[in-house]
Amino acid sequence: MAYAFLSAGLVCFGLFSWYPLVRSITLSLQQDNLVTDPQWVGLDNYRTLFDDPLLGIAIRNTLEFTGLALVFGYAIPIAMAILLNELRHFNTFFRLAVYLPVMLPPIVSAMLWQFFYDPGQGLFNTLLHGAHLPTSQWVQSPRTAMLSLVLVSTWANMGGSTLMYLAALQSVPPELYESSEMDGASLWRRIWHITLPQLRFIMLVMLLLQITATMQVFIEPFQLTGFTNPDTITVMTLIYRYAFAVNQDFGLAAALSVLLFVVLSAFAALYLRITREQTV
Amino acid sequence: MITLARRRLLSTVALTTGLVLTLTACDSGDTEAKSDGPVTITVNNMPPATEKIQRQNFLDDVAEFEKAHPDIKIDPNEGKMDPATFSAKLAGGQLENAFYVYFTDPAGLIARKQVADITPYVADFPDIQQIKPNLLQVFGDGKGKTYGLPEGNYTMGLVYNRALFQKAGLDPDKPPATWDEVRDDARKIAALGNGINGYGDYSKNNTGGWHFTAEMYTRGGDVATQGADGKWTAAFNNDTGKAILQQLHDMRFVDRSMGERQLLEWADLLQQMGAGKLGMYLATADNIPTIVAQYKGRTEDYGFGPVPGAQGALGGGGGYMFSPKSTPAQIKAAMAWVLFRHANPARIAAGKERDAKNKQPVGLPEPDIFTGAAEQTYLAANKKYANVPTENFAPFVAAQPSIPLKLEPPNAQKIYAVLDPVMASVLTTQDADIPKLLADAEKQVNAILATVQ
Repeated sequence: MAYAFLSAGLVCFGLFSWYPLVRSITLSLQQDNLVTDPQWVGLDNYRTLFDDPLLGIAIRNTLEFTGLALVFGYAIPIAMAILLNELRHFNTFFRLAVYLPVMLPPIVSAMLWQFFYDPGQGLFNTLLHGAHLPTSQWVQSPRTAMLSLVLVSTWANMGGSTLMYLAALQSVPPELYESSEMDGASLWRRIWHITLPQLRFIMLVMLLLQITATMQVFIEPFQLTGFTNPDTITVMTLIYRYAFAVNQDFGLAAALSVLLFVVLSAFAALYLRITREQTV
Repeated sequence: MITLARRRLLSTVALTTGLVLTLTACDSGDTEAKSDGPVTITVNNMPPATEKIQRQNFLDDVAEFEKAHPDIKIDPNEGKMDPATFSAKLAGGQLENAFYVYFTDPAGLIARKQVADITPYVADFPDIQQIKPNLLQVFGDGKGKTYGLPEGNYTMGLVYNRALFQKAGLDPDKPPATWDEVRDDARKIAALGNGINGYGDYSKNNTGGWHFTAEMYTRGGDVATQGADGKWTAAFNNDTGKAILQQLHDMRFVDRSMGERQLLEWADLLQQMGAGKLGMYLATADNIPTIVAQYKGRTEDYGFGPVPGAQGALGGGGGYMFSPKSTPAQIKAAMAWVLFRHANPARIAAGKERDAKNKQPVGLPEPDIFTGAAEQTYLAANKKYANVPTENFAPFVAAQPSIPLKLEPPNAQKIYAVLDPVMASVLTTQDADIPKLLADAEKQVNAILATVQ
């Protein structure tokens, strides 16, 4: 009976997770034109992959994006959640405002920011120019392109993280704050010594989830800078380029996908270990 | 307890693995076409519902074809060639029997054996002899086999805004004939201000590489050349390549006639042209109806001239290829449909008349695919039923016969992907190192060309 109830989940998991995974690994070892029987080529696709100078560039860009996303996209939701938790008025409005970008389809967010980033007539440079501040080339400059993508991603995704932290903050016993206030602790000391330690577990989990998510960034670089730009091409845009845009080589794309899977599996294993320890 | 848990875990893993292997074994098989009764074929390139007139014309053609061929049934789909969905459709058995391709597609599709060989059936269709041989070669493998049929072709020219030319004090009947004149005219048009750019170019998602290639041809250069030993090598790291990039760089950063916003791709320049914010750009004549229909421009505002430099023009176009999973009967039926709709000399005049009646543009200076008597019929019908201001395209028509037509290099998309960031760099980085960019790109392109057989 238990297995009967389990079967629906197994079917979904098998169909949408395990099957594509097994097929990807198989495809990475084949040359497949989707017409005749695929040919087994062993590790040739991996050799081609490691010989491509774009691989190193894509990995470097992905790590840069992940690093910058941690600086901005990790710290800002925590700060936002603490701020929202302290608000006494218009809580609902601000929570909705923070979450609203998450409800936009990611491609719509990217297209919106494409307009914001227009160095000629875009919103940001118009505001900067009006305030007599230096303008920026945003995604058009190698120096600011990656940071510009991170800002889009942070804006579009921080709402979800903020609400997770906010929910965690709601479970912090208020007596801890009351007793620290009686002891004369300032706001900053309360945050440092009470709030952050109480959020430690959720912060660690979110850190791992964020690393896993940002390493798979696709929409922002694809829409804003394309799949040929060496300043912003990431592992996922390179996979797209291999499969659909330039090489039309599914074996090569699958090889890179498997490589990404191996790396992300390490983070997933770490996540499982930490959450299991916390549960125990 | 631990033993029981482990047994359950092993059972779950075995069950899931079995499910996965079953699914893998049940991978899609081809469906066999029926051998009795009428042949049903799927075709694409049906205009979407938003293009009412074109869609009705298409459906009328389907009805007329089926009446003339009672043993053939057509099941039409919208859409043209989309690389992102092509492979999924092919793998899933959903690829149409006759599907639209652009001229850059056949070489790769033939090399990967993803299209049907139609050579055995060519002799059954005499109309194919009236198609230009150099266009048929695009769909061949160079060894005598044919894998597709052309439907239309284009030659690159210069689309320009006559209204802006006039406002800037330039003669709208005399588009710039050299790249120096392009620079001068662009400066004057950009001086109009109000966000108007004098000249526009691409630098994103392969379109920059495509335009760099086009610009090399206009100056008599090449992106790749084939030696006597049959080997291809990169041919753009030279004075011509440097001159193109230097001019674009100077127009962008010195003259400031190209606008701040770069990293543009195909639709962006049409959008600017439709909004009256762009003086000129390299394009094909069929951009004009799109600018009018989709981006709300006015046909009378646009002129079409030959490419500046006029030492060569990039040619391209589209056609149809045939699914390798089609039966011989389906391939023959699909070929009959393609030739009926796009390459039937007996229907040329009636087709142009219908387009003119439906206020579709007739008379655009697009090269036809025909040769001999069919070509004469095409030209006469184009002239008789013209409903666009053909005088605005006179500069192109006058100059075109003397400009050599050149097709795209082998492995074009891979080469464009290498040249794209070169264009992006000169248009976004003031201190771009042009010699280094060209040298690095040359190395990468040579590696690509080394795989061409």
